[in-house]
Amino acid sequence: MNFLTHLLNGISLGSVYSIIALGYTMVYGIAKMINFAHGDVIMVGGFIIFTLMSTLGLNPFFSVLAAMIVCTLLGMTIERIAYKPLRKAPSLAVLITAIGVSYLLQNLALLIYGAESKSFTSVIPVKALSLFDGRLSISGETLVTIPLCIVIMIGLNFFIKKSKTGRGMIAVSEDKEAAVLMGVNVNKTIAITFAIGSAIAAIGSALMFSAYHNLSPTSGAMPGIKAFVAAVFGGIGSIPGAMIGGILLGVIEILSRAYISTQLGDAIVFLILIVVLLVKPTGILGRKIQEKV
Amino acid sequence: MEMLKVKNLSISFGGLHAVDSFSITVNKGELYGLIGPNGAGKTTVFNLLTGVYKPDMGQIILDGKNITGLSPVEINKAGIARTFQNIRLFKNLSVLDNVKIGLHNNYNYSTISGIFRLPSYFRTEKRMNEKAYEILEVFGLDKEADILSANLPYGKQRKLEIARALATNPKLLLLDEPAAGMNPAETEELMETITIIRKKYDLTILLIEHDMKLVAGICEKIFVLNFGTELANGLPQDVLNNPEVIKAYLGE
Amino acid sequence: MKSKMLKINKSARSSIITVGMILIAYIICQALIVTGNMSNLLQNLLVSMCYYAIMAVSLNLTVGFLGQLSLGHAGFMCLGAFAGAIFSKCTVNAIQNTFIRFTLAILLGAVVAGLFGIFIGTVVLRLRGDYLAIVTLAFGEIIKNVLNVLYIGYDSKGIHLSMKDAISLNLEDGGIVLVKGAQGISGTPRDATFTVSVILLLITYLIIVNLVNSRSGRAIMAIRDNSIAAESVGINITKYKILAFSISAALAGIAGVLYSHNIATVQSSKFGYNLSIMILVFVVLGGMGNLRGSIISAVLLTLLPEYLRFLRDYRMLIYSIVLIVMMLYNWAPACVAWRNKLSSNLAAMLKKSKKEEL
Repeated sequence: MNFLTHLLNGISLGSVYSIIALGYTMVYGIAKMINFAHGDVIMVGGFIIFTLMSTLGLNPFFSVLAAMIVCTLLGMTIERIAYKPLRKAPSLAVLITAIGVSYLLQNLALLIYGAESKSFTSVIPVKALSLFDGRLSISGETLVTIPLCIVIMIGLNFFIKKSKTGRGMIAVSEDKEAAVLMGVNVNKTIAITFAIGSAIAAIGSALMFSAYHNLSPTSGAMPGIKAFVAAVFGGIGSIPGAMIGGILLGVIEILSRAYISTQLGDAIVFLILIVVLLVKPTGILGRKIQEKV
Repeated sequence: MEMLKVKNLSISFGGLHAVDSFSITVNKGELYGLIGPNGAGKTTVFNLLTGVYKPDMGQIILDGKNITGLSPVEINKAGIARTFQNIRLFKNLSVLDNVKIGLHNNYNYSTISGIFRLPSYFRTEKRMNEKAYEILEVFGLDKEADILSANLPYGKQRKLEIARALATNPKLLLLDEPAAGMNPAETEELMETITIIRKKYDLTILLIEHDMKLVAGICEKIFVLNFGTELANGLPQDVLNNPEVIKAYLGE
Repeated sequence: MKSKMLKINKSARSSIITVGMILIAYIICQALIVTGNMSNLLQNLLVSMCYYAIMAVSLNLTVGFLGQLSLGHAGFMCLGAFAGAIFSKCTVNAIQNTFIRFTLAILLGAVVAGLFGIFIGTVVLRLRGDYLAIVTLAFGEIIKNVLNVLYIGYDSKGIHLSMKDAISLNLEDGGIVLVKGAQGISGTPRDATFTVSVILLLITYLIIVNLVNSRSGRAIMAIRDNSIAAESVGINITKYKILAFSISAALAGIAGVLYSHNIATVQSSKFGYNLSIMILVFVVLGGMGNLRGSIISAVLLTLLPEYLRFLRDYRMLIYSIVLIVMMLYNWAPACVAWRNKLSSNLAAMLKKSKKEEL
């Protein structure tokens, strides 16, 4: 039963990673950059929900909705101010800017909320499920997170395959110049990608902080990086890949914390990243990208 | 004597036959033109010859040595140097340093000698400078040796790229549209330079070009590529009057 | 031929200026110390200014000259700090001569960090730029996490290792615990003096400046500017990436040895991602590829927050803005256009004033 509990916790954590990984994988696929600030957008989402619920007493649903709106605007603003002017700059410059944005968000939150971690009240009204005479207990958060993750994946996949905007995204990710010739507005497509990624991040934020309760200005950074690892693991640029990578990573992390070492959980996650990149740099579902000469 | 012998070279990208059974023989000292409409696969041929892409099929023999499947570095060491259609200079380095990087494998001293400034550092650097200036003078770039290569005017950037390729001491030089973006006077000058370096450095040259005046003016033989395969091959006057070639260029 | 001489003189002159600057700063500091005019606060900062400057200069080799973003530079410093401290603690009685002991500790720290640099360089060199950054971050975190749970002790039977706690080291009576997990190492001899630190800073600077102005350095910069062109002229990219990576790591290891011999306790938790970013800020502010700039910004950014309360409180916020603004300033088309316009205006003004003089 113990193992089953860990496994379920792993899948639940992995589902959160999957949702966050979507933002990385979409942005990387389309803008060819690692949006380092994505994890911190999640943190901002957490603080919006926290402020609205705990301070203003708003109901959870509207709080999450508000966080989604704020995160969407934030994601688009970041893209417009910090990344868009650097489209033609070397990737080193874009990466350094992204790290700068990540730090900026963390430190602004630090100034507003202080370093102390806040206790986040769960937004999920579902009660825990008790099975096998109470020997296996599944938390409400887990019960909601896993199906919600699947719904988001299917919805997003459908949007990208079927809608005009979604197909524009595919075109930009394949070949930016060709997409322009086909009449796709690249700037608009990239902005929409950031918007969608950030809105989904807000949902991820609600789920993650509901399950783990601790919220501080730095609590987005590490899950953000791990979600990126998940995206790489599954194959960057691939939406089903983000899901598979996220869940595998979550399960591996929880199991290794339980059976190998509590303190080395993060080290093991990073070791996986290195091994994956060495053995199959394109990840489980990724494709090879050939550089143009 | 055969300098380059290519047999049935082929590569496809996701089902598209970019280059299909490409065969060519370039004799030592020859100046061969590779022409063809846009997208015919000319640059892909260069990328295959220099090891940037690995061919699916076929064989590349350079001066009697099989170089098929070798890495770009090994191929350069074997004796092929190239320029690029979209100029690829070391932009943040001086004109002189660009050429000295070309000299990298021909003038050697260890990293340790460099860091601790041992005698071999001074000796070799001096010889490298002399050689680099000698090459720059041929291209009329010696006055600009100390400026950043990115600050050179366009035509001179193209020349510097040839100078850098020459510095690697190649047997075979591949020039990818050397006259692109040049005005007629600059093209004229470039043709002269190519003729000079060919003699001076005992070179065999294969060049891609759209400027027919240049091609007809200096190439001894012309190969026409269309949809990745051979359309015509032979002496300039024959090839350029070939109705198939005119049709491929002008359309029906 | 004349211009050739000028070129050599130009790079040599620049390094003479930098070395001179460091020496003058050193002499002024010594004079202030001897005459009793330097505050304790500043005296405590002297060594740390040097190791941060070494960190910045060495990171500049990877970021500025090789053009690869390394986010795990603090990890190499951490390895150097631990290796050097363990060595000094073990040999404090065996080697009485401080100079010899500390020199060996420095060499050991450099070698350990350098070997890891070769290893990590080998692992990451196949990766594209942004993946490489993430993997170096991952390595830095792994080093930090592993050292955080590592216990090392020794007794008459030799060295004991454990990843659990001090008791499971199974030391016999009289055995000494060297590394206590998260508590780290304490009681390392304070061998890092200001003079030694300045000498090491000078050595680091000269190693990199000489490397950059040599055949290998040109190969490294060629890879940065255009890796495809570099390959086409026969530059072995793998070899030079690893070379740059390992030299940079070894020098960070030296900074680590200085660190651990300057402070009461060394804990691996101090060498996280935040420290790597701080060093990156020094490099970016000083100018990528500008070694003198790295030294100046490392010294100023270590010094200023101690004196200006405003800077201390908003330090990280300012760092983040520095990163964003510097990148936009260097690369955004609007900024580039503005800079070009400004410089041509300035040139026109200078021309005009010259004419008026005539």
